[in-house]
Amino acid sequence: MTTTVPTPPATPLPPLRGADWLLAHDPRLRLLAAGLFALVVVSLNQLSSSGAALALALGLTVAARLDARALARRLLALTGFLLIMLLTLPFTTPGTSWFTLGSLSASTAGRDLALLILCKATAVMLTLTILVGTLDPLAFAQALGRLGVPHRLTQLLLLTIRQIHLIDAESIRLRQALRARAFVPRTDWQTWRTYGWLIGMLLVRSFARAERLLEAMRCRGFRGRFYRLDTPTWRTADSLAALGWLLLLGGLLWFDQHADVQALGAML
Amino acid sequence: MTPMIAPLLELQRVSFDYHGQRVLHELDFQVYPGERVALIGANGAGKTTLLHLLVGLKRPSAGQIIAFGRVRMCEADFYDVRARVGLLFQDADDQLFCPTALEDVAFGPLNLGRSPQQARADALATLETLGLREFAERVTYRLSAGEKRLVALATVLAMRPEVLLLDEPTTGLDDATAARLTAYLATLEQTMLLVSHDGPFLAQLATRAVRLAGGTVAH
Ligand SMILES: Nc1ncnc2c1ncn2[C@@H]1O[C@H](COP(=O)(O)OP(=O)(O)O)[C@@H](O)[C@H]1O
Ligand SMILES: [Mg+2]
Repeated sequence: MTTTVPTPPATPLPPLRGADWLLAHDPRLRLLAAGLFALVVVSLNQLSSSGAALALALGLTVAARLDARALARRLLALTGFLLIMLLTLPFTTPGTSWFTLGSLSASTAGRDLALLILCKATAVMLTLTILVGTLDPLAFAQALGRLGVPHRLTQLLLLTIRQIHLIDAESIRLRQALRARAFVPRTDWQTWRTYGWLIGMLLVRSFARAERLLEAMRCRGFRGRFYRLDTPTWRTADSLAALGWLLLLGGLLWFDQHADVQALGAML
Repeated sequence: MTPMIAPLLELQRVSFDYHGQRVLHELDFQVYPGERVALIGANGAGKTTLLHLLVGLKRPSAGQIIAFGRVRMCEADFYDVRARVGLLFQDADDQLFCPTALEDVAFGPLNLGRSPQQARADALATLETLGLREFAERVTYRLSAGEKRLVALATVLAMRPEVLLLDEPTTGLDDATAARLTAYLATLEQTMLLVSHDGPFLAQLATRAVRLAGGTVAH
Protein backbone atom coordinates (compact mmCIF):
# COMPACT_ATOMS: atom_id res chain seq x y z
CA MET A 1 0.00 0.00 0.00
CA THR A 2 2.49 2.64 1.13
CA THR A 3 5.56 3.26 -0.96
CA THR A 4 8.19 1.87 1.32
CA VAL A 5 9.73 0.32 -1.77
CA PRO A 6 12.79 2.45 -2.53
CA THR A 7 11.83 4.67 -5.41
CA PRO A 8 14.28 4.24 -8.25
CA PRO A 9 16.29 7.41 -8.83
CA ALA A 10 14.40 8.08 -12.01
CA THR A 11 15.50 11.37 -13.45
CA PRO A 12 15.34 11.07 -17.20
CA LEU A 13 17.22 14.32 -17.65
CA PRO A 14 19.30 16.04 -14.99
CA PRO A 15 18.58 19.76 -14.61
CA LEU A 16 20.72 22.10 -16.70
CA ARG A 17 22.59 24.87 -14.95
CA GLY A 18 23.63 27.93 -16.87
CA ALA A 19 26.46 30.38 -16.30
CA ASP A 20 25.93 32.93 -13.53
CA TRP A 21 25.37 35.85 -15.92
CA LEU A 22 22.49 33.88 -17.45
CA LEU A 23 20.90 33.05 -14.09
CA ALA A 24 21.16 36.72 -13.08
CA HIS A 25 18.73 37.78 -15.78
CA ASP A 26 15.00 37.99 -15.16
CA PRO A 27 13.25 34.80 -16.33
CA ARG A 28 10.72 36.95 -18.16
CA LEU A 29 13.53 38.41 -20.28
CA ARG A 30 14.82 34.93 -21.05
CA LEU A 31 11.36 33.72 -22.10
CA LEU A 32 10.70 36.75 -24.29
CA ALA A 33 14.18 36.66 -25.83
CA ALA A 34 13.82 32.99 -26.71
CA GLY A 35 10.30 33.45 -28.10
CA LEU A 36 11.26 36.45 -30.21
CA PHE A 37 14.36 34.72 -31.49
CA ALA A 38 12.28 31.73 -32.57
CA LEU A 39 9.81 33.99 -34.40
CA VAL A 40 12.56 35.88 -36.22
CA VAL A 41 14.49 32.76 -37.17
CA VAL A 42 11.40 31.02 -38.50
CA SER A 43 10.74 34.00 -40.77
CA LEU A 44 14.25 33.99 -42.27
CA ASN A 45 14.44 32.99 -45.98
CA GLN A 46 18.15 33.06 -46.76
CA LEU A 47 20.71 30.44 -45.98
CA SER A 48 23.28 33.13 -45.09
CA SER A 49 21.07 34.84 -42.50
CA SER A 50 20.02 31.47 -41.08
CA GLY A 51 23.69 30.59 -40.79
CA ALA A 52 24.25 33.86 -38.94
CA ALA A 53 21.40 32.98 -36.58
CA LEU A 54 23.02 29.62 -35.93
CA ALA A 55 26.34 31.35 -35.27
CA LEU A 56 24.57 33.63 -32.78
CA ALA A 57 23.04 30.61 -31.06
CA LEU A 58 26.40 28.84 -30.95
CA GLY A 59 28.00 31.94 -29.46
CA LEU A 60 25.30 31.96 -26.80
CA THR A 61 25.93 28.28 -26.14
CA VAL A 62 29.61 28.84 -25.57
CA ALA A 63 28.93 31.83 -23.32
CA ALA A 64 26.34 29.91 -21.28
CA ARG A 65 28.96 27.28 -20.37
CA LEU A 66 26.48 24.42 -20.03
CA ASP A 67 27.51 20.91 -19.20
CA ALA A 68 28.28 19.63 -22.70
CA ARG A 69 27.04 16.09 -22.09
CA ALA A 70 23.75 17.19 -20.59
CA LEU A 71 23.21 19.54 -23.51
CA ALA A 72 24.05 16.84 -26.04
CA ARG A 73 21.54 14.46 -24.47
CA ARG A 74 18.82 17.05 -24.83
CA LEU A 75 19.62 17.85 -28.44
CA LEU A 76 19.95 14.22 -29.48
CA ALA A 77 16.23 13.63 -29.86
CA LEU A 78 15.83 16.53 -32.27
CA THR A 79 18.99 15.67 -34.17
CA GLY A 80 17.80 12.16 -34.94
CA PHE A 81 14.66 13.51 -36.55
CA LEU A 82 16.60 16.18 -38.44
CA LEU A 83 19.06 13.66 -39.80
CA ILE A 84 16.35 11.62 -41.47
CA MET A 85 14.95 14.75 -43.06
CA LEU A 86 18.38 15.98 -44.17
CA LEU A 87 19.08 12.70 -45.90
CA THR A 88 15.75 12.50 -47.71
CA LEU A 89 15.08 16.12 -48.68
CA PRO A 90 17.62 16.39 -51.54
CA PHE A 91 16.07 13.34 -53.18
CA THR A 92 12.48 14.38 -52.76
CA THR A 93 12.77 18.02 -53.86
CA PRO A 94 12.63 18.62 -57.62
CA GLY A 95 15.25 20.92 -59.25
CA THR A 96 18.61 20.94 -60.97
CA SER A 97 20.60 17.81 -60.29
CA TRP A 98 23.32 17.89 -57.65
CA PHE A 99 24.43 14.25 -57.90
CA THR A 100 22.82 10.91 -58.68
CA LEU A 101 22.81 7.77 -56.63
CA GLY A 102 21.73 4.85 -58.80
CA SER A 103 18.28 5.77 -60.04
CA LEU A 104 17.89 8.52 -57.39
CA SER A 105 18.75 12.09 -58.20
CA ALA A 106 19.55 14.69 -55.54
CA SER A 107 18.73 18.33 -56.29
CA THR A 108 20.64 21.44 -55.24
CA ALA A 109 17.36 23.07 -54.25
CA GLY A 110 16.71 20.16 -51.90
CA ARG A 111 20.21 20.43 -50.48
CA ASP A 112 19.78 24.15 -49.79
CA LEU A 113 16.39 23.57 -48.25
CA ALA A 114 17.81 20.88 -45.98
CA LEU A 115 20.67 23.15 -44.89
CA LEU A 116 18.25 26.02 -44.27
CA ILE A 117 16.06 23.86 -42.06
CA LEU A 118 19.09 22.45 -40.24
CA CYS A 119 20.40 25.94 -39.44
CA LYS A 120 17.02 27.27 -38.30
CA ALA A 121 16.02 24.27 -36.21
CA THR A 122 19.37 23.98 -34.48
CA ALA A 123 19.52 27.70 -33.77
CA VAL A 124 16.03 27.77 -32.23
CA MET A 125 16.58 24.57 -30.28
CA LEU A 126 19.88 25.79 -28.83
CA THR A 127 18.53 29.19 -27.78
CA LEU A 128 15.43 27.64 -26.22
CA THR A 129 17.50 25.11 -24.30
CA ILE A 130 19.89 27.76 -23.04
CA LEU A 131 17.46 30.55 -22.21
CA VAL A 132 14.42 28.55 -21.11
CA GLY A 133 15.78 25.05 -20.42
CA THR A 134 17.94 26.37 -17.60
CA LEU A 135 14.94 27.76 -15.72
CA ASP A 136 13.62 25.56 -12.93
CA PRO A 137 9.96 24.62 -13.35
CA LEU A 138 8.69 26.96 -10.64
CA ALA A 139 10.61 29.93 -12.01
CA PHE A 140 9.31 29.08 -15.48
CA ALA A 141 5.70 28.91 -14.30
CA GLN A 142 6.06 32.10 -12.28
CA ALA A 143 7.58 33.99 -15.22
CA LEU A 144 4.78 32.80 -17.52
CA GLY A 145 2.23 33.95 -14.95
CA ARG A 146 3.83 37.36 -14.71
CA LEU A 147 3.76 37.64 -18.50
CA GLY A 148 0.01 37.27 -18.40
CA VAL A 149 -0.43 33.52 -19.01
CA PRO A 150 -3.57 32.37 -17.12
CA HIS A 151 -2.97 30.73 -13.73
CA ARG A 152 -4.74 27.57 -14.82
CA LEU A 153 -2.24 26.99 -17.59
CA THR A 154 0.82 27.65 -15.44
CA GLN A 155 -0.60 25.29 -12.80
CA LEU A 156 -1.16 22.62 -15.42
CA LEU A 157 2.39 23.04 -16.61
CA LEU A 158 3.92 22.90 -13.16
CA LEU A 159 2.02 19.82 -12.08
CA THR A 160 2.77 18.13 -15.40
CA ILE A 161 6.47 18.65 -14.86
CA ARG A 162 6.20 17.18 -11.38
CA GLN A 163 3.99 14.32 -12.56
CA ILE A 164 6.27 13.21 -15.39
CA HIS A 165 8.88 12.16 -12.88
CA LEU A 166 6.33 10.38 -10.69
CA ILE A 167 4.76 8.58 -13.66
CA ASP A 168 8.21 7.49 -14.76
CA ALA A 169 9.00 6.15 -11.28
CA GLU A 170 5.61 4.44 -11.20
CA SER A 171 6.18 2.83 -14.59
CA ILE A 172 9.60 1.54 -13.53
CA ARG A 173 8.03 0.02 -10.41
CA LEU A 174 5.24 -1.63 -12.41
CA ARG A 175 7.67 -3.05 -14.96
CA GLN A 176 9.85 -4.39 -12.15
CA ALA A 177 6.78 -6.10 -10.73
CA LEU A 178 6.13 -7.67 -14.14
CA ARG A 179 9.68 -8.90 -14.49
CA ALA A 180 9.71 -10.21 -10.94
CA ARG A 181 6.96 -12.55 -12.10
CA ALA A 182 8.97 -13.71 -15.10
CA PHE A 183 7.22 -11.60 -17.70
CA VAL A 184 9.06 -11.61 -21.02
CA PRO A 185 7.66 -9.44 -23.82
CA ARG A 186 6.68 -11.44 -26.91
CA THR A 187 4.55 -10.63 -29.90
CA ASP A 188 1.55 -12.54 -28.63
CA TRP A 189 -1.87 -11.69 -27.33
CA GLN A 190 -0.82 -12.11 -23.68
CA THR A 191 1.95 -9.52 -24.07
CA TRP A 192 -0.31 -6.94 -25.66
CA ARG A 193 -2.95 -7.47 -22.99
CA THR A 194 -0.34 -7.08 -20.26
CA TYR A 195 0.90 -3.84 -21.80
CA GLY A 196 -2.68 -2.64 -21.99
CA TRP A 197 -3.11 -3.27 -18.28
CA LEU A 198 0.21 -1.63 -17.54
CA ILE A 199 -0.74 1.57 -19.34
CA GLY A 200 -4.24 1.56 -17.86
CA MET A 201 -2.82 1.06 -14.38
CA LEU A 202 -0.33 3.84 -14.96
CA LEU A 203 -3.07 6.27 -15.99
CA VAL A 204 -5.30 5.42 -13.05
CA ARG A 205 -2.47 5.66 -10.55
CA SER A 206 -1.19 8.93 -11.99
CA PHE A 207 -4.64 10.42 -11.86
CA ALA A 208 -5.10 9.39 -8.23
CA ARG A 209 -1.69 10.76 -7.36
CA ALA A 210 -2.38 14.07 -9.05
CA GLU A 211 -5.55 14.35 -7.00
CA ARG A 212 -3.71 13.65 -3.75
CA LEU A 213 -1.03 16.18 -4.68
CA LEU A 214 -3.63 18.87 -5.24
CA GLU A 215 -5.32 17.93 -1.96
CA ALA A 216 -2.01 18.29 -0.13
CA MET A 217 -1.53 21.68 -1.73
CA ARG A 218 -5.01 22.79 -0.69
CA CYS A 219 -4.17 21.69 2.87
CA ARG A 220 -1.32 24.13 2.80
CA GLY A 221 -3.54 27.01 1.84
CA PHE A 222 -3.20 26.78 -1.93
CA ARG A 223 -6.02 28.57 -3.75
CA GLY A 224 -4.79 28.67 -7.32
CA ARG A 225 -2.02 31.24 -7.06
CA PHE A 226 1.67 30.54 -6.71
CA TYR A 227 3.77 32.72 -4.48
CA ARG A 228 7.50 32.33 -4.50
CA LEU A 229 10.33 33.06 -2.13
CA ASP A 230 12.23 35.03 -4.70
CA THR A 231 10.38 37.23 -7.10
CA PRO A 232 13.01 38.35 -9.59
CA THR A 233 12.99 42.06 -10.33
CA TRP A 234 13.60 43.59 -13.73
CA ARG A 235 16.90 45.45 -13.58
CA THR A 236 18.76 47.88 -15.83
CA ALA A 237 20.99 45.04 -16.96
CA ASP A 238 17.87 43.25 -18.20
CA SER A 239 16.78 46.30 -20.20
CA LEU A 240 20.25 46.61 -21.70
CA ALA A 241 20.33 42.94 -22.59
CA ALA A 242 16.86 43.24 -24.12
CA LEU A 243 18.03 46.20 -26.21
CA GLY A 244 21.13 44.38 -27.39
CA TRP A 245 19.08 41.30 -28.27
CA LEU A 246 16.56 43.39 -30.24
CA LEU A 247 19.41 45.01 -32.19
CA LEU A 248 20.88 41.60 -33.02
CA LEU A 249 17.50 40.29 -34.15
CA GLY A 250 16.90 43.44 -36.19
CA GLY A 251 20.30 42.90 -37.77
CA LEU A 252 19.36 39.34 -38.66
CA LEU A 253 16.15 40.50 -40.34
CA TRP A 254 17.97 43.23 -42.24
CA PHE A 255 20.65 40.78 -43.35
CA ASP A 256 17.93 38.41 -44.52
CA GLN A 257 16.35 41.14 -46.68
CA HIS A 258 19.58 42.36 -48.19
CA ALA A 259 21.69 39.23 -48.42
CA ASP A 260 23.09 39.09 -51.93
CA VAL A 261 22.21 35.92 -53.74
CA GLN A 262 25.52 35.99 -55.62
CA ALA A 263 27.56 36.39 -52.46
CA LEU A 264 25.65 33.49 -51.02
CA GLY A 265 26.60 31.36 -53.98
CA ALA A 266 30.25 32.32 -53.53
CA MET A 267 30.11 31.44 -49.86
CA LEU A 268 28.99 27.89 -50.52
CA MET B 1 -13.12 14.35 28.95
CA THR B 2 -14.31 17.34 30.89
CA PRO B 3 -17.58 18.43 29.32
CA MET B 4 -16.92 22.13 30.13
CA ILE B 5 -14.15 22.43 27.54
CA ALA B 6 -15.32 22.65 23.94
CA PRO B 7 -13.65 20.27 21.47
CA LEU B 8 -11.34 21.76 18.84
CA LEU B 9 -12.52 19.34 16.20
CA GLU B 10 -15.70 17.33 16.24
CA LEU B 11 -17.55 14.89 13.99
CA GLN B 12 -21.29 14.56 14.74
CA ARG B 13 -23.01 11.44 13.41
CA VAL B 14 -20.84 11.56 10.30
CA SER B 15 -21.28 8.99 7.55
CA PHE B 16 -19.10 8.63 4.49
CA ASP B 17 -19.42 6.44 1.39
CA TYR B 18 -17.07 5.65 -1.46
CA HIS B 19 -19.20 4.89 -4.50
CA GLY B 20 -22.02 3.44 -2.43
CA GLN B 21 -19.70 1.52 -0.14
CA ARG B 22 -20.05 2.72 3.45
CA VAL B 23 -16.72 3.56 5.10
CA LEU B 24 -17.86 5.54 8.15
CA HIS B 25 -21.28 5.13 9.73
CA GLU B 26 -22.84 7.75 12.05
CA LEU B 27 -19.51 8.34 13.71
CA ASP B 28 -19.14 10.63 16.73
CA PHE B 29 -15.65 11.80 17.47
CA GLN B 30 -14.01 14.71 19.32
CA VAL B 31 -10.53 16.08 19.78
CA TYR B 32 -10.05 18.36 22.82
CA PRO B 33 -7.32 20.99 23.32
CA GLY B 34 -4.00 19.55 24.45
CA GLU B 35 -4.89 15.93 23.71
CA ARG B 36 -2.78 13.51 21.71
CA VAL B 37 -5.34 11.03 20.43
CA ALA B 38 -4.20 7.74 18.91
CA LEU B 39 -6.48 6.66 16.07
CA ILE B 40 -6.09 2.95 15.48
CA GLY B 41 -7.85 0.34 13.39
CA ALA B 42 -7.22 -2.24 10.71
CA ASN B 43 -6.14 -1.32 7.18
CA GLY B 44 -9.12 0.13 5.37
CA ALA B 45 -10.97 0.98 8.59
CA GLY B 46 -11.30 4.59 7.44
CA LYS B 47 -8.59 6.36 9.45
CA THR B 48 -7.20 8.32 6.51
CA THR B 49 -10.75 9.13 5.43
CA LEU B 50 -11.50 10.55 8.87
CA LEU B 51 -8.45 12.85 8.75
CA HIS B 52 -9.42 14.06 5.28
CA LEU B 53 -12.96 14.78 6.45
CA LEU B 54 -11.61 16.94 9.28
CA VAL B 55 -9.81 19.30 6.88
CA GLY B 56 -12.53 19.30 4.24
CA LEU B 57 -10.80 17.28 1.55
CA LYS B 58 -13.82 14.98 1.57
CA ARG B 59 -17.42 15.88 2.37
CA PRO B 60 -19.55 13.64 4.58
CA SER B 61 -22.65 12.04 3.07
CA ALA B 62 -24.43 12.75 6.36
CA GLY B 63 -23.63 14.46 9.66
CA GLN B 64 -21.73 17.58 10.66
CA ILE B 65 -18.13 18.67 10.99
CA ILE B 66 -17.44 21.28 13.66
CA ALA B 67 -14.04 22.92 13.86
CA PHE B 68 -13.04 25.61 16.36
CA GLY B 69 -16.65 26.06 17.42
CA ARG B 70 -18.16 26.52 13.96
CA VAL B 71 -20.01 24.17 11.64
CA ARG B 72 -18.02 23.74 8.42
CA MET B 73 -19.87 22.94 5.23
CA CYS B 74 -18.35 24.38 2.06
CA GLU B 75 -14.84 24.77 0.70
CA ALA B 76 -14.50 28.36 1.93
CA ASP B 77 -15.42 27.25 5.48
CA PHE B 78 -12.32 25.07 5.52
CA TYR B 79 -9.76 27.71 4.42
CA ASP B 80 -9.03 28.83 7.96
CA VAL B 81 -9.36 25.28 9.30
CA ARG B 82 -6.51 24.21 7.02
CA ALA B 83 -4.37 27.10 8.24
CA ARG B 84 -4.87 25.94 11.85
CA VAL B 85 -4.85 22.17 11.33
CA GLY B 86 -1.77 20.66 9.70
CA LEU B 87 -2.22 17.31 7.93
CA LEU B 88 0.77 15.07 7.28
CA PHE B 89 -0.11 12.76 4.38
CA GLN B 90 0.43 9.03 4.47
CA ASP B 91 2.72 9.24 1.43
CA ALA B 92 5.30 12.04 1.48
CA ASP B 93 5.54 11.93 -2.32
CA ASP B 94 2.03 13.37 -2.42
CA GLN B 95 3.06 16.31 -0.31
CA LEU B 96 6.32 17.49 -1.83
CA PHE B 97 6.31 19.09 -5.25
CA CYS B 98 8.73 22.00 -5.26
CA PRO B 99 12.24 21.74 -6.67
CA THR B 100 13.94 22.30 -3.33
CA ALA B 101 13.03 21.43 0.24
CA LEU B 102 13.25 25.10 1.24
CA GLU B 103 10.69 26.17 -1.36
CA ASP B 104 8.43 23.32 -0.40
CA VAL B 105 8.51 24.25 3.27
CA ALA B 106 7.94 27.93 2.43
CA PHE B 107 4.96 27.13 0.19
CA GLY B 108 2.43 27.03 3.06
CA PRO B 109 3.62 30.19 4.84
CA LEU B 110 3.56 32.09 1.54
CA ASN B 111 0.00 30.92 0.88
CA LEU B 112 -0.94 32.20 4.33
CA GLY B 113 0.13 35.64 3.20
CA ARG B 114 3.44 35.89 5.01
CA SER B 115 6.09 37.98 3.29
CA PRO B 116 8.84 36.15 1.35
CA GLN B 117 11.42 37.16 3.98
CA GLN B 118 9.21 35.91 6.79
CA ALA B 119 8.38 32.70 4.91
CA ARG B 120 12.05 32.02 4.24
CA ALA B 121 12.93 32.61 7.89
CA ASP B 122 10.08 30.33 9.03
CA ALA B 123 11.09 27.61 6.59
CA LEU B 124 14.73 27.71 7.59
CA ALA B 125 13.89 27.73 11.30
CA THR B 126 11.57 24.73 10.87
CA LEU B 127 14.15 22.78 8.90
CA GLU B 128 16.71 23.67 11.56
CA THR B 129 14.63 22.33 14.45
CA LEU B 130 14.08 19.07 12.58
CA GLY B 131 17.80 18.76 11.90
CA LEU B 132 17.24 19.20 8.19
CA ARG B 133 19.17 22.39 7.67
CA GLU B 134 21.56 20.86 5.13
CA PHE B 135 18.60 19.62 3.03
CA ALA B 136 17.26 23.11 2.37
CA GLU B 137 18.68 23.39 -1.14
CA ARG B 138 18.36 19.69 -2.00
CA VAL B 139 15.99 18.50 -4.72
CA THR B 140 13.07 16.89 -2.89
CA TYR B 141 12.52 13.89 -5.14
CA ARG B 142 16.08 12.75 -4.64
CA LEU B 143 15.71 12.48 -0.85
CA SER B 144 15.37 9.11 0.86
CA ALA B 145 11.98 7.98 2.17
CA GLY B 146 12.83 9.00 5.75
CA GLU B 147 14.16 12.39 4.71
CA LYS B 148 11.09 12.99 2.59
CA ARG B 149 8.84 12.21 5.55
CA LEU B 150 10.71 14.68 7.76
CA VAL B 151 10.66 17.40 5.10
CA ALA B 152 6.92 16.77 4.64
CA LEU B 153 6.50 17.24 8.40
CA ALA B 154 8.47 20.47 8.13
CA THR B 155 6.10 21.73 5.41
CA VAL B 156 3.23 21.24 7.85
CA LEU B 157 4.96 22.65 10.94
CA ALA B 158 6.15 25.78 9.13
CA MET B 159 2.53 26.93 8.99
CA ARG B 160 2.47 26.87 12.82
CA PRO B 161 -0.76 24.89 13.10
CA GLU B 162 -2.61 24.47 16.38
CA VAL B 163 -3.56 20.88 15.66
CA LEU B 164 -1.49 18.20 13.92
CA LEU B 165 -3.07 15.30 12.06
CA LEU B 166 -0.35 12.74 11.39
CA ASP B 167 -1.15 9.84 9.06
CA GLU B 168 1.23 6.97 9.84
CA PRO B 169 4.23 9.23 10.45
CA THR B 170 6.69 6.45 11.35
CA THR B 171 5.83 4.01 8.56
CA GLY B 172 8.87 3.41 6.38
CA LEU B 173 11.30 5.07 8.78
CA ASP B 174 14.23 3.19 10.28
CA ASP B 175 14.29 2.80 14.07
CA ALA B 176 16.71 5.65 14.69
CA THR B 177 14.80 8.13 12.55
CA ALA B 178 11.48 7.01 14.05
CA ALA B 179 12.89 7.53 17.55
CA ARG B 180 14.15 10.98 16.60
CA LEU B 181 10.76 11.90 15.18
CA THR B 182 8.95 10.59 18.27
CA ALA B 183 11.24 12.53 20.59
CA TYR B 184 10.70 15.67 18.57
CA LEU B 185 6.91 15.32 18.52
CA ALA B 186 6.94 14.82 22.30
CA THR B 187 8.39 18.31 22.69
CA LEU B 188 5.56 19.94 20.72
CA GLU B 189 2.58 21.31 22.58
CA GLN B 190 0.15 21.09 19.68
CA THR B 191 -2.96 18.98 19.96
CA MET B 192 -2.42 15.85 17.89
CA LEU B 193 -4.36 13.11 16.19
CA LEU B 194 -2.02 10.21 15.51
CA VAL B 195 -2.83 7.45 13.04
CA SER B 196 -0.33 4.67 13.52
CA HIS B 197 0.27 0.94 13.81
CA ASP B 198 3.51 1.61 15.68
CA GLY B 199 2.96 0.51 19.32
CA PRO B 200 6.04 2.10 20.94
CA PHE B 201 5.39 5.35 19.07
CA LEU B 202 1.81 5.58 20.36
CA ALA B 203 2.76 4.44 23.86
CA GLN B 204 5.21 7.30 24.12
CA LEU B 205 2.97 10.04 22.78
CA ALA B 206 -0.73 9.28 22.99
CA THR B 207 -2.92 10.43 25.88
CA ARG B 208 -5.86 8.26 24.78
CA ALA B 209 -6.75 5.86 22.00
CA VAL B 210 -9.76 5.53 19.74
CA ARG B 211 -10.32 2.39 17.68
CA LEU B 212 -12.18 2.50 14.38
CA ALA B 213 -13.99 -0.67 13.39
CA GLY B 214 -17.05 -1.27 11.25
CA GLY B 215 -17.26 2.42 10.41
CA THR B 216 -17.69 3.59 13.99
CA VAL B 217 -15.73 4.03 17.19
CA ALA B 218 -15.32 0.63 18.86
CA HIS B 219 -15.30 0.48 22.64
N1 LIG C 1 -10.20 6.64 -3.63
C1 LIG C 1 -10.94 5.64 -3.13
N2 LIG C 1 -11.92 5.10 -3.86
C2 LIG C 1 -12.70 4.12 -3.38
N3 LIG C 1 -12.56 3.59 -2.17
C3 LIG C 1 -11.59 4.06 -1.38
C4 LIG C 1 -10.73 5.12 -1.81
N4 LIG C 1 -9.87 5.40 -0.82
C5 LIG C 1 -10.18 4.57 0.18
N5 LIG C 1 -11.21 3.76 -0.14
C6 LIG C 1 -11.83 2.76 0.71
O1 LIG C 1 -12.21 3.37 1.92
C7 LIG C 1 -11.91 2.55 3.01
C8 LIG C 1 -11.15 3.33 4.05
O2 LIG C 1 -9.93 3.73 3.51
P1 LIG C 1 -8.86 4.53 4.37
O3 LIG C 1 -9.52 5.67 5.03
O4 LIG C 1 -7.71 4.85 3.47
O5 LIG C 1 -8.42 3.44 5.45
P2 LIG C 1 -7.19 3.43 6.45
O6 LIG C 1 -6.48 4.72 6.36
O7 LIG C 1 -7.82 3.20 7.80
O8 LIG C 1 -6.34 2.27 6.07
C9 LIG C 1 -11.16 1.35 2.48
O9 LIG C 1 -12.04 0.24 2.50
C10 LIG C 1 -10.82 1.70 1.07
O10 LIG C 1 -10.97 0.58 0.26
MG1 LIG D 1 -4.60 5.20 5.75
